[in-house]
Amino acid sequence: MARMKFVCDAERCIECNGCVTACKNENEVPWGVNRRRVVTLNDGVPGEKSISVACMHCSDAPCMAVCPVNCFYRTDEGVVLHDKDVCIGCGYCSYACPFGAPQFPSQGTFGVRGKMDKCTFCAGGPEANGSQAEFEKYGRNRLAEGKLPACAEQCSTKALLAGDGDIVADIFRNRVLKRGKGAEVWGWGTAYGAKQVGQPPAVAPTAATPATGGKV
Amino acid sequence: MKKTLIILASLTVLAACSDRQQTADTPNKDTAPYSGTGVASFTQPGWKAGDTPADKAAWEQHLKARMQYGQNDYTRAN
Repeated sequence: MARMKFVCDAERCIECNGCVTACKNENEVPWGVNRRRVVTLNDGVPGEKSISVACMHCSDAPCMAVCPVNCFYRTDEGVVLHDKDVCIGCGYCSYACPFGAPQFPSQGTFGVRGKMDKCTFCAGGPEANGSQAEFEKYGRNRLAEGKLPACAEQCSTKALLAGDGDIVADIFRNRVLKRGKGAEVWGWGTAYGAKQVGQPPAVAPTAATPATGGKV
Repeated sequence: MKKTLIILASLTVLAACSDRQQTADTPNKDTAPYSGTGVASFTQPGWKAGDTPADKAAWEQHLKARMQYGQNDYTRAN
């Protein structure tokens, strides 16, 4: 299997926030922490688009690079997870993440910042699969139950796709071909380093390298 | 007697000084998801979780089928 990825189809997202609710319910995420949220681009302007954003489990995750205590690790499926027993809650990952994924509970005494919390792709954490300790720290381990992340599985319009990168990309490509528009996938290039329609070119076009309009 | 009391008092007072070990090196090794959770009531039927050795291929095949069935509506609409 290829690595696990998220894709949000902006043509289909209706900003219902069902993914946010499903995530909070499935993982019993505490108040003040939103592992997933829906962002609307050009809100109020005709043609506005909404996308569901959470940890994208980047190929070259900046959070892993900046963590001073090396609490992050990547599973064989490409899911970026972290160990809360090692995390010191410094917040460096929060500054490094381009998606605003790391969250910090502030229920401690005097509002002290707690251990970082983020989307786990419903893959739990380093504790034993399906254990109470794993659930309390990281939420459900749906991958080990033979399921996909709850946010994507309950998406009513199937805007949010999760799973094997090859398969979700294939499903999305088929949609774009059928409807003839909406090929932009916000965050895909940032997270997985792949160039696609809608992204600016990596280098400024010159006479020797004519602009392709972002198409590859 | 006095010595025992001092030892007990010391243990009680110093108990607060104990802390769980929080190492800054490599985090704990995670268990592969295809090994299952061991909780049958939550595990999706269709693949044999918890087999020894764990059947990775069956888990992958099950998830791939679930991705297509659950997320690719074109396969069902057409």
